[in-house]
Amino acid sequence: MKLTTKLLSATAICAATGVSAADLEVMHWWTSGGEAAAVTKFAEAWSATGNTWIDGAIAGGGDTARPIMVSRIIGGDPPAAFQFNHGRQAEELIEAGLLLDLTDVAEAEGWADIVTPPALLDACTVDGRIYCAPVNIHSWQWMWLSNDAYANAGLDVPTTWTEFAESAPALKEAGITPLAMGGQSWQQNGSFGVMALALAGEEAWLEVNRDKNAETVMGPDYARVFEAFGAAREFSDGLNVQDWNQATAAVINDTAGAQIMGDWAQGEFAMAGEVAGEDYSCLPGLGEVAILDTGGDAFYFPKQDDPEIEAAQKELAALLLSPEVQVSFNSAKGSLPIRGDVDLTSVNECTQKGLDLLANGNIVPNGETFLAPDTITQLNDLMTEFWNTPAMTPAEVQEQYSDIIASAE
Amino acid sequence: MTMTDSRPDAGRSAVTRRPMRLFRNLSSKLALMPLIFTAVVIFLGGTIWTIVYSFTSSGLLPRLNWDGLSQYERLWSSRKWIVSIENLAIYGFFSLIGTLVVGFTLAALLDRKIRGEAVFRSIFLYPFALSFIVTGLVWQWILNPELGLQNVVREWGWTSFNFDPLNNPEIVMFGLLIAGLWQGTGLIMCIMLAGLRGIDEDIWKAARVDGIGTVKTYIRIIIPMMRPVFVTSLVLIGAGIVKLYDLVVAQTSGGPGISSEVPAKYVMTAMFGGQNLGQGFAASTMMLVMVFIILIPWAYLEFGGRKNG
Amino acid sequence: MADIGILAATKSAEHPVYRMIDGPRGAKPKNRFSRANIIVYGTLFVVALYYALPLYVMIVTSLKGLPEIRVGNIFAPPLEVTFQPWVKAWQEACTGINCDGLSRGFWNSVRILIPSLILSVAIASINGYALSMWKFRGSEVFFTILMIGAFIPYQVMLYPIVILLREAGLYGSLTGLVLVHVAFGMPINTLLFRNYFASIPEELFKAARVDGAGFWAIFFRIMLPMSLPIFVVAVIIQVTGIWNDFLFGVTYISSPDRYPMTVQLNNIVNSVQGVKEYNVNMAATLLTGLVPLVIYFASGKLFVRGIAAGAVKG
Repeated sequence: MKLTTKLLSATAICAATGVSAADLEVMHWWTSGGEAAAVTKFAEAWSATGNTWIDGAIAGGGDTARPIMVSRIIGGDPPAAFQFNHGRQAEELIEAGLLLDLTDVAEAEGWADIVTPPALLDACTVDGRIYCAPVNIHSWQWMWLSNDAYANAGLDVPTTWTEFAESAPALKEAGITPLAMGGQSWQQNGSFGVMALALAGEEAWLEVNRDKNAETVMGPDYARVFEAFGAAREFSDGLNVQDWNQATAAVINDTAGAQIMGDWAQGEFAMAGEVAGEDYSCLPGLGEVAILDTGGDAFYFPKQDDPEIEAAQKELAALLLSPEVQVSFNSAKGSLPIRGDVDLTSVNECTQKGLDLLANGNIVPNGETFLAPDTITQLNDLMTEFWNTPAMTPAEVQEQYSDIIASAE
Repeated sequence: MTMTDSRPDAGRSAVTRRPMRLFRNLSSKLALMPLIFTAVVIFLGGTIWTIVYSFTSSGLLPRLNWDGLSQYERLWSSRKWIVSIENLAIYGFFSLIGTLVVGFTLAALLDRKIRGEAVFRSIFLYPFALSFIVTGLVWQWILNPELGLQNVVREWGWTSFNFDPLNNPEIVMFGLLIAGLWQGTGLIMCIMLAGLRGIDEDIWKAARVDGIGTVKTYIRIIIPMMRPVFVTSLVLIGAGIVKLYDLVVAQTSGGPGISSEVPAKYVMTAMFGGQNLGQGFAASTMMLVMVFIILIPWAYLEFGGRKNG
Repeated sequence: MADIGILAATKSAEHPVYRMIDGPRGAKPKNRFSRANIIVYGTLFVVALYYALPLYVMIVTSLKGLPEIRVGNIFAPPLEVTFQPWVKAWQEACTGINCDGLSRGFWNSVRILIPSLILSVAIASINGYALSMWKFRGSEVFFTILMIGAFIPYQVMLYPIVILLREAGLYGSLTGLVLVHVAFGMPINTLLFRNYFASIPEELFKAARVDGAGFWAIFFRIMLPMSLPIFVVAVIIQVTGIWNDFLFGVTYISSPDRYPMTVQLNNIVNSVQGVKEYNVNMAATLLTGLVPLVIYFASGKLFVRGIAAGAVKG
């Protein structure tokens, strides 16, 4: 079987020093049902190679887990591997020389050829060396709509943001909140990012996020986004929820028309027994610009003194990207695999849309690849203030947004 | 006289004699070594460390790349920080008064030889034992207009009843206060009760003989006698207010918008969310400065006044 | 000292703790149905409702199935009582790949709690005693610094303590974690004991000195037996703080096998994505709170009765 040979060769290259089994502690924040099932796929594959996976799961997302991981590194007793989001979060650890250089694994495994989109590998690369193993792709760039909510209001399900905005008043009249939005700042800023890419277009979006061009923020393309975001604020009136999945629940229950949220929201629809196309619809890029951003998760490997552990770390890195593991992991997690040469077992209509966009290269890197976490925090604060202050006009928020972009590194 | 002579100067009175000062009161000094170590190395050391690094541009890792005052400039130009401080002042004021009044009143009621004291005491104290991650969620439900109290009261027939504190930026801090008092008063009640248990019954008898009413006895006689207990409670409540964080995260995440942000949350978001340790350290340094401003006059009153006593 | 002055002035050398045997003080209610009595019980009852309401919501939610929670009223009692959430919280809920619920970390938590509790209460009581009875030049300065420590948010101290523990060779060990708990419990508990001992009449201390008793003899023979209620308060504070600690346990212990139970609680309750199992969350929280609750009930007895009469005779 081709897979096994490939897997074996990977093992042979990396574990050249010896055959002894290693215990690797892996820290991550995947603790919900689907996530835990996905991690189990990793652990099983790792155990199958005769090694031991010591699971260090810390729920609560990166903000909870990150200080613990950093403490372990500073304390000189780091885990063998840990999960971070793609992007600039681990930059400093790399610069400080605390993370293992995986370039030889990447070359032996040909990551440069198999990882699609290549931007994922770029996010792991500093000064030409590769420091992380990307494992999946998540995209923010989606809007989820309740077919029944529109049917109940006697409306057609919109296929673009423009149509959505036009139908919103009628929906509201029917007693349905057009747009579900959770109360946490990352949701509001994330939705704005989706609208910016969809309404201002790829070029303007890249100028702002990649090139930190504050003038583009003040330009007409972005002005339209801020106006639309102001309208969205009114569409969401009347639904008070905190968590993103409570907002998704409102779409599932047909009390809200739509939600802008990443592809992880599909897990909620699946859990509630809803079927893509029948019960809910999805619009990548809000139906305006069919384009996905490609964020996701990656594993990093802190440097250790023990050469045996180091060999095992490299072996694990290779294993995470192997085709078999990619399929089983991503099927369980509901994310997309980072290599184009594998097929997910069964995909629904929405996932297929995503895969097609990926295959056609209609993609941009994730915003977190460009913006430092500090800048994102500032934008989160600004957008949530705007969202909750009816007196604040789109022009005001536009001004402040451009200030933050201008001072971003 | 032997009595006064044998009473150690080293005891309640200050050290006055010169010779052998280092060995005077040696047991006490040895016994306090853990305290001295903790105070100097951990708290003083940690504070200095924090202040030093607040002048750097440390991000994910603490690093000594000097950045002057820019973290402080950014801090004070941040609207979120200003809102945080205002919120803390509002919450702090009402929480301090509320906790003291409720805590003392409950303790006084429990101290009146009532039946079922143990049951009442446990009910009042149990919230203190529960992780706020979940009790915050329960309060979120109870205060939620569709799920909680508002809905119930409307179902009872008062249809215009409006109670929606967590979604109203004007009163959100009071929504938090409801849950904060719920969690924190039990412990203060216990401390007060321990204090009341230490008051002599003769004092009550004397007050009754003099014809002083119950409430008046509490206010005029009992409370002044419990000054040390009140000091302990004040510090405990004050520390809880300054460190207020979990409650906010569990109930509002600082919302609506930034209307319920608090300084400790600002620090945490900057350090671990924004990966800007320098900014977090600058904010916590400012928090410490504020604590200092409040604590130093108190420490002076508490210790300074009886140098010779 | 002002408070001592008042105490000494208002009563004889006999200290109230002699009289604590029979518990509650305060004016005796005369008549069972007197107006005052109705006010006392009425107030307590109404306040108890406020305190018990969230607990009630938690308990009924923990006994409902998920579909019932989704549709139902949060105050409604369960239509169909199920203990499955409790079972799941205790032994089935998953933390990453390990699905054995809270039970996984229970003994770890006990192992952390016991040494931390004993050491921190012992040290704090000695501190309080030394600071109130055996002052020396500088003792108040150290105490003031310690008090400021009470106001520092723990998270700010996370990294400096990692560095300290690393340099001491204790990072990742149980000893290191115990010492951290002792240090962070020290400010409040020292203050608690110091202020309590400060209110003990000076005459007792003087008399013991005349009898030739030293630092430790006075502490063990006179002060300890007199301070049961305040020990109870300190134990309540420390048990609650240490048992519910998540941050220190997970940061300063470097092996997932030895993580405290709160790590599992956090993982059950705090998962960011996926369906929230509210009933399991509530059951897990109530289960975690059981240990402090048992301690509250058990120690409450000491709290009411105070000390045995003979204990202070010597």
